[in-house]
Order: sequence, then structure tokens, then C-alpha cells
Amino acid sequence: MTAVLRAENLVRVLPGEVPVTLVDGVSLAIDPGEFICIMGPSGSGKSSLLYLLGLLDVPTSGRVWVDGEDTSSYGEDLLANRRLEKLGFVFQFHFLLAEFSVLDNIVLPMRRLGRLDAASAQARGMELLARLGVAEQSAKHPHQLSGGQRQRVAIARALANDPLIVLADEPTGNLDSKSGGTVRQILQDLAHQMGKTVVAVTHDASFAAAADRRIGIVDGKINADWRPG
Amino acid sequence: MLIQLQVAITHLTGRRRQTVVSLTGVVLGVAFFLAVSSLMRGSEKDFIKRLVDNSPHITVSDDYRFARVQPAELRWADGAVKISRVKPQLETRGIRGYRQKLEFVESLPGLKAAPVLLGSAVLVFAGREEGVTLSGIVPAKMKTVSTIQQKMVEGSLDALTANPNGIVIGKGLAQKFNLRLGSTVSVVASQGASRPMKVVGLFRTGNSNYDETQTFTVLKRAQAMFDRPNRANRFVIQIDDPYAAREVARRIEAAVGYKAVSWIEASEDVLSVLLVRNLIMYSVVSAILIVASFGIYNTLSTIVLEKTRDIAILKSMGFHARDVRLIFLFEGGIIGLAGSFFGLGLGVCFMQLLSQIQLKPPGVSEKVFLPVWWGPEQFAIAAAFAMGSCLLAAYLPARRAGRVHPVEILRGAA
Repeated sequence: MTAVLRAENLVRVLPGEVPVTLVDGVSLAIDPGEFICIMGPSGSGKSSLLYLLGLLDVPTSGRVWVDGEDTSSYGEDLLANRRLEKLGFVFQFHFLLAEFSVLDNIVLPMRRLGRLDAASAQARGMELLARLGVAEQSAKHPHQLSGGQRQRVAIARALANDPLIVLADEPTGNLDSKSGGTVRQILQDLAHQMGKTVVAVTHDASFAAAADRRIGIVDGKINADWRPG
Repeated sequence: MLIQLQVAITHLTGRRRQTVVSLTGVVLGVAFFLAVSSLMRGSEKDFIKRLVDNSPHITVSDDYRFARVQPAELRWADGAVKISRVKPQLETRGIRGYRQKLEFVESLPGLKAAPVLLGSAVLVFAGREEGVTLSGIVPAKMKTVSTIQQKMVEGSLDALTANPNGIVIGKGLAQKFNLRLGSTVSVVASQGASRPMKVVGLFRTGNSNYDETQTFTVLKRAQAMFDRPNRANRFVIQIDDPYAAREVARRIEAAVGYKAVSWIEASEDVLSVLLVRNLIMYSVVSAILIVASFGIYNTLSTIVLEKTRDIAILKSMGFHARDVRLIFLFEGGIIGLAGSFFGLGLGVCFMQLLSQIQLKPPGVSEKVFLPVWWGPEQFAIAAAFAMGSCLLAAYLPARRAGRVHPVEILRGAA
């Protein structure tokens, strides 16, 4: 099977008087439809690796392939295009735009991509909200929702452009256990029922227990990579 | 609607108070710009119109622009010629062969000309004396080249033709001497000739000095009183296109030999003052809009600072740096557009108010309305300047927003 996301010898060093190495020679390949958890202690480089895999950050050295495309020579605009077309992000804090309604938050990436007209984008937005159980909240603004509802809306937004890969950075880190469980189930379903590749960074052992594959990272290096059961 | 535009509108409506403050600055800037500009341009145009209407477009006088070259200097053009004891030729002052020269001038297309013999005289009545300018005119021709006929309040210029001993005087002079239509005054010419003359017409131009010092009689009477038979010392010329006066004057001077002065040449100093005044006016009113643009800069900079996280989110979704820049430029543009629209509306109200105000400037005998100019250029200039300053004010925050690095913000926010 061809890897949908591949990294080769990724290094990310923060320049400064004392350079800090965030990611140190990471290589990995992720297959389509996999639900992967990246685990490790705080400051181990999990989020930095996620940002590199998600083309949000540019490695100091090394390469990232997304859907078979080598992105190492891409400029800022091309990387933005690939994020728009193939990647979806979910963050620990929902990061919804406060002035926009729930539905408009989801429609934004679709409108930017421009594949759907306004009416179709709205219809798809409603469909995603319904699938995630927050369709009734579509006209509300983010501050009117609970934490779990906001995170579900954030997942809906990540799915807006039907990405191949969903990257989640501590998606349950700010939720109570019940809401966290719901979000975990949703992400699991994305991989197992919708065929999306889900890469999630987490501290939460119960969340990680649901993953198909777990990658441990310490000091910017992979120290474990296993598939339970 | 463009998604960038939608985001821009949402930002602005989400910060209603700051947006209204910025917008108010632009609205007031545009309105004041328009009001002051219309007033300044109006007064300038009114002044030029009065200049053009009330004075001859071209005056040919019995002077030469340059002293005549002596024949010896012509003969030895490259030599060092010393000429001594040159005596000016004694001759009666005036334009020689004025009829032929007038005929030539009248043959030029698009102009009308009238001969005038102008001199100094003293008006004597009831023991009072007053120095005046006495112009000998041909009434039928004078009516075609000046507005004096329209300024007649009693009698007419034509009465001069019927009564060769008639005189037309200004209302101011009449009030000074307590003269009325039909009164007889004694007029003493500078050459000493004296004659009783009957007031057959009164005019009022609104210019106090003119109304108190100008008098008119028929040309032949003036020629007799000034002892200059068959002479005129002025041609007063009106042309269809007053702004071509300089060129036409040049042609006339080249043909008749006498100095021909256009109204533009005669008023060069005043026109240059008007130019300087316009520069000062535009600098001052532009400053209002520049100050307003600082308000916009402040608002947009605050939005960029407050929305840094949102910008990072948009970029993480796949928005380009240019999309983000465009959002903030749209915000500046929207404020500029709305500010121009409402500012022009308020400016029109200001202009309406100003045009209702009446003043009595010094030297003018009647109240006049403030001259407000309604030309479209100033509307375009005000709107363009407002748009330009708003976009410029938005550019720096927009550039900063475009440079936001999402990872730095997301890492910090987490």
C-alpha cells in the first residue's frame, strides 16, 4: 500500500543563540485509513512533528510526501494549497472564528477552495454538522456552544474540503472525559468508516488505546512505533 | 461574494464602535475637504468671472511695450552706438489712425471692439469738486463690449447719443454729490475745457471705487474736451473665448503696434496668488484626511493584533498570505468607500448651507451669497484622496498580517 503521508529524516531546529532541536531525524510512513496516535511527554516534539507533517512548518532538513507528492521544494503558496485540498486540522483549543456562525466557520475553507458554490457549500456544511450531531447549533456563534460541541464543529471544519488526512493536536486535551470520549469515537470513525487517515497527538492513554498504531516520541526522536493487538 | 471580503466585513461589523469612529473620521475629512474646496474654488471662479465680465478682455492703449529703436541702432546693429539729444516727437497722444486700426481689429473673428478716449476730469457741483475718469465712448459699440448697460439703474447709455452733452455717472458719485437723473454738473477736463453736462444715466456695478470715479460721455464730446480730435487712446475688446485673450492680444499687438494687454496679463499677480491660495487650501484639507487615516491605521492595527490567532487559523486552513493581506486591504477599502459616500453626502449638505450665507465684503456695496462651486472634479478628488489614504493606512497592518507565521501563534496559543 502506498503511504498517504511519509516523512524522511525530518529535522526541525529552532534557530537562536542556543539552537533548539524540536524534531531530530524522524522518518515514518502512514497508510491510508490509519488512526495513529503520537505520544510523548511535554516538550518531546509531538506537536512540532505534527506541524511538519501538516505542512504548517518547514523542516530544517528532510522531506515530507503528502499523497505521494514531495513537498520539499514547495513555496508558501503551494504548501497552503496542499493544506487546503488534502489536510484538515483539529487543535486542542477549538480555534473557531468567534465572529462567524458555526456554519460559516465550516463553509470558510470550502469557499476558499472554490470547488462548491455558496449554496452547495452551505448544504455540505449542514451535512457535516448533522453527521457530527451539532446541526441544531449551525446558526449559533462558537461562544454559545459547550467545549465538546465546539470541538465537534472544529472536526466538521477540518472535514469541510474532504481531506485525505486529518491532523489533530491534543483534540481532547481541553475536554471532560465524556466529551473527550465522543471526540475520540468520531476520529476513530473517520478512519474506520470514512477511510480518512487520522494522525492525533495526545497525552491521553485512553485516547491512544483506541488507535491502530502508536508512535512514541522523546527528545524529538521516535522511540517506539507499534500496532496493538 | 469573495470570501476575503466576507471576512473583512465580519471583522468590521464585529468591532462596530471602532469602525464607526474610523468611519466618522473619514466622513468628516471628506465633508470638510469638499466644503472648503467648493468654497475656495467657488470664490476663485467668481473672482475670475467678475474679472472677465467687468473688465475688458483685451485693452489696446496708446503705449508701446518697448521703447522704439532709434534708426542708427538699426543701421549699426552690432556697433556701439551713442545717441545723444534725442527729443521725443511732439504729437497728440492717442492711437494714430485709430479708425483703420479698429477696423482691422473688428475684422478678426470672435471679437467685438469699441474705441474709448479716456482722460481725467474734475466734476464740479454745488461748490464741491471731485476728480473722475471721463471716458468718451460710442454707446452702440460700448454696449457690446462691456456690462455697463446691464448695470444701469436709471437712464441708459443710448441717452448719450441723443444728448451729446449728457454724462453717465455711477450711483456712488451721484449719492456723494446728491445728483439725480437730469441734474446738470460742470465737468472740467484736464486740458482746461469746461462744460456743463446733464446726468442722463446712473449705473451701479457694486464696486464702490468704480461707482464713485467712472463717468461716460460720447466720444466726440470727449475728443473736444481733451482737445484730441479724431483720436481714441483705448480699444476695449471682448472676445468669445476669454481664456484665449493672451494669444489674441499678442496677435493684435503684432498687427497694430500698440500695447495690447489681456485680462490674464493684467491680473497675473492676482492669479498667482489664487494658485498659492489653492495649494495652501488643499494642504490644509488634505491634513484632515491624513489625520483620519491614522485612525484607520490604528483600528486595523488593533484588529491585526487581536486577530493574530484567527489569521493563523485561516492560514492553517490553507489561506494564502495574500488572502490575509487582501482581507485587511478590503477593510481599509470598505472604510474608504463608505467614508467617501457618507462624506460626500455630508459635504453636499455643508455646501448647501454655505451657499445660503450672505456677506458684504469690503469695497462691495451689496450683500453677496458665498460663492460655492459644484464642479464634479472636487467630488472625485475628495473620494480618491479618501480611498487612497484609507488603503495606505490599511497597507501596513495588512502586510504585517500576511507575515503571521501560524505555527508560532498556534504553539503560543496552546
